[in-house]
Formats: sequence, C-alpha cells, structure tokens
Amino acid sequence: MNPTSPASPASSPPPSAAIAVQGLRKRYGATAALDGMTFTVAPGTVTGFVGPNGAGKSTTMRVILGLDTPDEGRALIGGVPYARLRRPLSHVGALLDAAALQPARSARNHLLWLAHSQGLGAKRVDEVVEHSGLGAAIGRKAGGYSLGMRQRLGIAAAMLGDPPVLLLDEPFNGLDPEGIVWIRGYLKTLAAEGRAVLVSSHLMGELEGCADHLVVVGRGRVIADTPVAELIARSSGGRVVLRTPARAEAATALAALGGTVAVTGPDTLTVDGLGTEEVVRALNAGAVPFSEISAHRATLEEAYMDLTRDAVEFRAARPASDIASPSGEVA
Amino acid sequence: MPATRDGFGQLLHAEWTKLRTVRGWTIGLLVAVFLTIGIGLLGPAGSQSSCSHADGSSGSCTAQSPPKRADGLEVTDEKTFVHRTLSGDGSITARLTALSGVYPAGGGSPDGDQGLVPGLLPWSKAGVLVKDGTAAGSAYAAVLATGTHGVRMQYDYTGDLAGLPGTVGAAAPRWLRLTREGDVLTGYDSADGSTWARIGSTRLSGLPRDLEVGVFATSPDYAVIKNSFGGSSVNTGPSLATGTFDRVTVSGQSPGAWTVPAEGPGAPGGPGGPANAPGPRSGPGNGTGPGSDKPGSHPGAVATGADAFIVTGSGDIAPASAGVGSGKTVESALAGTFAGLIAVIVVAALTMTSEYRRGLIRTSLAASPRRGRLLAAKAVVLGGTAFVVGLIAAAAAVPAVTAVEHSKGMYVFHASTQDEIRMVVGTAALLAVAAVLALGVATIVRRGAAAVAAVIVVIVVPYVLATASVLPAGAAEWLTRVTPAAAFAVQQTSKPWAQVVAVYTPSNGYYPLSPWLGLAVLALYAAGAYALAHRLLKRRDA
Repeated sequence: MNPTSPASPASSPPPSAAIAVQGLRKRYGATAALDGMTFTVAPGTVTGFVGPNGAGKSTTMRVILGLDTPDEGRALIGGVPYARLRRPLSHVGALLDAAALQPARSARNHLLWLAHSQGLGAKRVDEVVEHSGLGAAIGRKAGGYSLGMRQRLGIAAAMLGDPPVLLLDEPFNGLDPEGIVWIRGYLKTLAAEGRAVLVSSHLMGELEGCADHLVVVGRGRVIADTPVAELIARSSGGRVVLRTPARAEAATALAALGGTVAVTGPDTLTVDGLGTEEVVRALNAGAVPFSEISAHRATLEEAYMDLTRDAVEFRAARPASDIASPSGEVA
Repeated sequence: MPATRDGFGQLLHAEWTKLRTVRGWTIGLLVAVFLTIGIGLLGPAGSQSSCSHADGSSGSCTAQSPPKRADGLEVTDEKTFVHRTLSGDGSITARLTALSGVYPAGGGSPDGDQGLVPGLLPWSKAGVLVKDGTAAGSAYAAVLATGTHGVRMQYDYTGDLAGLPGTVGAAAPRWLRLTREGDVLTGYDSADGSTWARIGSTRLSGLPRDLEVGVFATSPDYAVIKNSFGGSSVNTGPSLATGTFDRVTVSGQSPGAWTVPAEGPGAPGGPGGPANAPGPRSGPGNGTGPGSDKPGSHPGAVATGADAFIVTGSGDIAPASAGVGSGKTVESALAGTFAGLIAVIVVAALTMTSEYRRGLIRTSLAASPRRGRLLAAKAVVLGGTAFVVGLIAAAAAVPAVTAVEHSKGMYVFHASTQDEIRMVVGTAALLAVAAVLALGVATIVRRGAAAVAAVIVVIVVPYVLATASVLPAGAAEWLTRVTPAAAFAVQQTSKPWAQVVAVYTPSNGYYPLSPWLGLAVLALYAAGAYALAHRLLKRRDA
C-alpha cells in the first residue's frame, strides 16, 4: 500500500466532509437494503466502498445522488442535499451504470447533451474526451461500445463539470488490465488534486494501490471505516518472516522472548508478537544463523478477508436485534 | 440557447440535443410529415370519377361549382319566385294563408317507398323575398313561414332570425312584410295585418337601385338516414312546399308586371334548380319531378287573382353543407393527420421509455435533480417539435392535396382564410398536445410498446372508428366528444347550419364539439396524464 495523498485521510471532521452519509435506512418489502449506513468521504482521498454484491453500495450511491429516497437518514454533498445543488454535475460527478446509454446516440453526443444540461459547451466535451482515452471512437454510436469503452465514457461524463466529488460504482467492471491500471492512476491523480473520490467495488483487489481509505459494508451497514494503511498494518499484525537453516534454535530463542512461532516451510518460520528488530537482536544474541528476515505485509485482499471473516463471526455470535442497533459497529 | 435565470433553458437545450441526436427519432418525425401529406394525396389521387351524361354517354366529369355568395360561400339557391322589380325604397307585404307540402317518405331510395306523402319538412318555407336579381347566389332578405320553425327573417343565406312561432293555417294566417330603405332591409310579421312586429333588419351593402321582390316557396331535400354498425346510409329525395298567398302588395316604384314561373313537369327547382346543387341527388328528382298532375305537385306558380298566388317550390335558399354531397372540404387534405400522429406518438413515447429501458433516466435526473423541470423540459421540446412537424405537414398538405383535387375535377369547398389558418395551426397544436399526452403516458407506464399502444387506442382508434363510417352516428359523435379524438374538430372548416338539415356526423367532417373545445378535450387528457406523470416521477425511486 502506498497512500500518496497529500491530505491525511482520517483527519477530516464530518462538517468538512465532501460526502456525509448519515443513518440511511431503506427497505424493499421484507429486505433491508440499507440498515443504518453511516460514513463520510473526505476531500483529497480515494475512498474504497467495498462489500459483496447486495451489500447496499449501489443503493447508497443512488441515495447520495437523490435518485432513491431513504426511509430514514440523509446524505449530504458538502453539507447540502443533492437535490438542492444548482448545476449538480459541477459538484458531483457520478458513474452509476456504464451501460446506461442510448445505443443509437454517439458517445460524443451523449456527452454533449449532458454538457448542455449544465450550461457547458462542446469545448468542455472535447476536453474530457481528450482525457478519456477514447480517441476517434467518440464519434461512434454508444451501442457499439465495449464495456471497457463505456466505463471510460462514463468517467468522462462524470468529469464534465470538473466536480470536487466523484462517485464511481464498479468502474473496474469490464476493464482490461491496462484499463484497470489507467483508472487506478486516474483516480489517484483526481484525489491528489484535492477531490473526494468514492469508488465502489465488490473485489478488494481492484482497489489495491489506489484507495486511501476503506468503507467496508455488508447487509446495508458499515462493517469497517478505516484508513487503508491502518488496516494493512493490523492484518499484517507485526508478523515477521524468517528464513534460517537453524530452524529449531531460532524457534527456541524467539519463543523465549515471547514470540509465537509457526513453521511455514523447510527453512522458514513466521513470528508473531515480535518486531523485526527484536527478532534480529534475539538471533544475533543466540548466534543463530539466518539468510533472510522481512516484515510480512498483508495484501488488501487478505485484510479484507480478515475483516469480513470477523463480521461473519460477529453475526453468528450475536442475536439479530443487536446487529440492527447502531451501536453494533464492528471494526 | 441562452441560459435562463433558473437554468431551464439549459434543460431545454439538453432535451433538444437528446432528441436530435438519435437518428431514428429524426427519421420518425420526417415520416410524420410525409405520411400526413402522402395519405392526404392518396384520397384524390386514387379516385376516378365518371359521369353518365344526359345523352347516355359516359366519361369523365367536372364537378359543377355550386352557386356562391359574393364572399365565396357555397349556397343553395333554388326556389319558385313570383317577382317584379322594385326601384328604390319600398316594401312588399303578403298574407300567407296556407303552407302545405309533400315529401318522399322513403327518402327516394330505390328500395324504399318512392311515393310522396303529404307533409312539410321542418325547413320547408314560403314567404316574401327581396333579392338582388334572380341569379343564384345573389344577396337577399326574406320573411317566411316554415314547416316547424315558425316565421323567420332570413337574409344573405346565413342570417336567420325568429319571428312568430306556430304553424300557418286558414285559421292562423301569417302576414309577412319586408321594407327596403337603401341597403337596409327590415322584416315584420303579423297575425292579423294590423298589429305588426319587427323581426329584425339587416344591411346588404352594395344593393343596386332595382331589386326583385315577390313571394316564393321552396322545400329542401328529404333525407332518410339508416344507422347501423357498418355505418350510416343516406337516401335523399326532393320535396315540395306550396304557399298560398293573397293580398300581395308592393309599395314604392314598381314598374312592370309579375313574373310568374309556369308550373309544369320541368326541372323541379326551375331556374337555378338542383342541377346546380353541389352533389348528385339520388332519387327521382332530376329531370322528371314527382309524377302527378295535381296542382302543387310540380314546382311553379299560378296567379289566383290580381294579388294572389299559389307558389310551389323545391330546393332551399340556404348555405350549402360541405362534405355531405360530393365536393371536397379543405380539411380532407389533412386526412393523413392520423398517420403522422402515430409517428409523433411513437417518437414522443420512446424518448421517455428508452431512458427507462437503458437506465439513462438516472443520468438525466442526476443532471437535473428537480424532476418536475426535467419533465417540463421534455414536454416543451417534444410539444414544440411536434408543433413544427404538424405545421410543416399541414401547411404543405393543404395546397398539395387541393391542387390534386382540382386537377381531378373535384370541387373544393370554400373556407375562409381565418378558418384555413386555424385548421393548419390547430393540426400542429393537435400533434403537439398529443406528444405531451404520449410523454405523460410513457412516464407513467415506462414501457414503450404499452405507452404507444395506449395513446393510439385513446386517440387514433376512436378517430378512425368515428370517421370511417364504421359506427352509427350516435356512437361516432360520442367518441369524438369524450375521447381525445375530439381534437380532430380543430380541422373542421365546414359549418353545420341550424337552418339546414343535413347529416352532420364525424364521417361527413362534422364534429360535435367546436374546434377549440375539441382540442381542449385532448388538452385535458394530456394535462391529466402529465400531472400523474409529474407526481409519479417525483415520488418514484429512479
């Protein structure tokens, strides 16, 4: 993980939040799509909005954009409900569904009517097209676009109003590896420009190297709301990987210092509970030879799996009524 | 497009861009124009008329132009007129002691009763007449008694004022008087010849010094209308009215003697008789007349004393009813409107339902969170575009179709410029309001096929049923009164006349509601659909 954003992700207090989602609840019949969804998105960060399909990510985004009305709670953009924004696309750019295009209309004309709705002209369309990487294909009918091209078009549309806030629902869907790299870089650039970027995904790996902050959701509520750096550190858990020809001696020396040692290979050990420097000092003191020592760094995927495993266990351990209460947050 | 203060102009601009950038919709709107003109042209282009001539030969024929009033209004001007010249100011007075008549009870239909039965038609008429010469279509004023409408003062074909009520009989004669002072003619009636009541007066500008004055009788064709599913059939035959006048006096300078048209088995209408009528008349009228030699069985007059006449006439002095006989109405050029309307409905509905189908509605609503304004912008753009489409189609169809009708030798009834403009602009408005209706329904049901079908069922289907002679007249009138198809009344230029009995049905181009009221019915439906659409759009999750 490499949080390069100039702004400190966790330090923004809610009043200055670019997006504030407060206690959203929404039921469709017997199903609670949103069950007390609460989080904020700070400017200058890429916030990953992660959870399995059906966790309420898209519904939350629609509520933020004023498309769906929640039964309870509210969502604010810079302190104002979306519906009250004038020229809303200059406040929030959104990509909800890349397939939402009139197939007979050219991609450029799609951008053109959107621009006109905000009082923008063809010049602005040409600017966003330049950054979209769509090139000459922009004049073709959107119906002939691949999913990846549609995603690029959708991001270009979101950028029309040069908004300080961006909402992207599953923008990685259908992108080839090159496209995924492009979009990660693009999102980081946007955050570096001071924009708040909320990007949803059901695959944590897609956000690797791009998200500064994570809002992990499941069943309509937030499971974890944390800076990515902290999450990785916690999942890494201070674990140290050690490669040594003297496995037994090393294990004995480290266990004596209070470390938990696990054998993971013919010449590798994993040590929990001791820092890298403590391990090196202990091995040197005992004159135990080693060929390699490194701090284990968990992937975002592993961190996410840890989190969701916790959440599942949490759910299994508590009655449903507790889960529904706002105090039942898990971290 | 300049941005208005609240940004509505931007929304209009966006909606216009949306509409014009889908080629299928642009084509659909062009198709609307071509269908409207093309179907209008199909009517006259596909029709060949042939006539059987009096000498037994047959061939193409040119519809004879009916007589016209000075301003071009087609009229009927057939009567038996006992007249003399009046120079300058003066008056004519006469006592009508009897008014009787005969009419063909079966309407003169081949399969009906061809015999004449005694009786008067509601607008059989006899009375005193002052006329600018005897040519058909010339200006006149008359005070006359009728079959069932009492005494009337009628003038210049369309004027009609009520006098004494009741029917004429030996015990209840009617004294009738017309005075002329310059261009002003004033009518009076009296039950006893001493107490006179003024009915009204009219100014017939440009009257010459010499006018023809006298007594006349005439009686319109009798029509039998059979209503059934599958349409109405009409059989028409001539009737006769006989007025018995005495004490006929003309005051003022009246040189010369009475001209009394001879009674005989000639053309029943005499000079200017039914041969000049706008349409062919069915039944045993033309040329032979009702076959009997009794007095009152042929048009004509006899003097029964120095100041007494028995006058028998057939025909009418009244406006001609367009669309009932042959001859085309101007609005027949717009017969293709319904097809253009279907194309407009399809485009209007799809502009909305395609957004729902693709999920594009979310993009639209995110760009314009104030949903009412989004719907309003769509309505303005669609309505405005449909209006222009209708205006182009109608303005092109009218001269094009009329030219073909003329080239085919058809007679096209006169319509005032004002009525023609109303018809063309009204057609444009019809398409515009129907587009808004389609938008409303499309927003409510959110399915293209369902929306298109629903709007066609409420507007095009009733129109076709009502005008294609499929339904009985009552059902056709009901449909064109309560369904959005009422709006087609905006195309009607032919006027129904209270003093002319004719088949004023939608299939003949006569709608039960006035033009703008008919359009208002459609507007009411559109407003209802729009209001519900507005409410649902605001309430529903997108």
